[in-house]
Amino acid sequence: MREILDDLEKWRSAGKEIVIARVVDLEGSGPREPGASMAVNEDGEVAGSVSGGCVEGAVVSEALQIMESKDRRIVTFGYSDDEAFAVGLTCGGTIHLFLEPLDW
Amino acid sequence: MFESFLKLLKEEIPFALVTIVEGPSKGAKLLVQSLDKPLEGTLGNEELDRVASRDALGELAAGRSGVRHYGLHGEAREEAIQVFIESFAPPPQMFIFGAVDFTGALVKVAKVLGYRVTVCDAREIFATKKRFPQADEVVADWPNRLIDKVGHFLNAQDAICILTHDNKFDVPAVLASLKTKVGYIGVMGSRRTHEDRLARLKENGVSEQEITRLRSPIGMDLGARTPEETAISVVSEIIALRTKRPMHALKDTVGPIHG
Repeated sequence: MREILDDLEKWRSAGKEIVIARVVDLEGSGPREPGASMAVNEDGEVAGSVSGGCVEGAVVSEALQIMESKDRRIVTFGYSDDEAFAVGLTCGGTIHLFLEPLDW
Repeated sequence: MFESFLKLLKEEIPFALVTIVEGPSKGAKLLVQSLDKPLEGTLGNEELDRVASRDALGELAAGRSGVRHYGLHGEAREEAIQVFIESFAPPPQMFIFGAVDFTGALVKVAKVLGYRVTVCDAREIFATKKRFPQADEVVADWPNRLIDKVGHFLNAQDAICILTHDNKFDVPAVLASLKTKVGYIGVMGSRRTHEDRLARLKENGVSEQEITRLRSPIGMDLGARTPEETAISVVSEIIALRTKRPMHALKDTVGPIHG
């Protein structure tokens, strides 16, 4: 989270709502290690990243939903034959992200 | 809790943040620093806090982040609760000795990789913050004196790059570096300087075993020419050494260093 601190502080002091997504686990080949993080604010602005750009778009829409629902959850992105059209990692791995509002 | 979290990060104090990611009280958090520091926050159960904080300290010591499962009261081999333990260890350190042409470029590249960078040169007019604005610290001192002072804080994740390529400075700096547990000791110089340096180090009682710790001449065999390319060749070597991938290091090749 170190790399997104500046943005988090800036957004917080501007009173923006923020959702943070953190990589908590990965299976197979994944571009970022557990702890990689990304934040989205209520204006849809983004800081940081959780993959090599493969799933960031999908993370933004999940994050905006969570901003509405105020819940927190694990979101998994992977690629397998039965979900050929789902959002996945081009490297073939699966990543588990934890998304939650910055309300703590 | 975010305020405490920010403060620990900024002060570069090692700590772990434990978050319940699956199970009841999802999102509950615990900040763990060390055994003698009080925990901040709670996962909702005293016993669970105790078990999770113990595991968090283990992960922190190893510099790892990852998930763990417990029962509702911290029981092992149960899966009611999944936590994510995120370790925040202070950034790795790089000490660059010698305020030369290559130094500025190496500072920049090391900063990109997240190092806390210190530049040191005995010559006060060269060792200035103005010349290396991106360095976290610029010290005017003899390299070996500084290493003797800070060496016991260095470990496998840290790096020493000796760019002085002047035997007056680099031989004492190498001798001091070899006494530390630092993970990377790179020493710049032409192949001739390198041979000359090896002879001087041996005169000073350095063993063959110790010499294998040195990355000299420093860097990967990229045929680097500019200071920036050389900086990339140095950090590439540091990465490949950590990941234990095969590489063409200048240390293991012959022939001209620059492409």
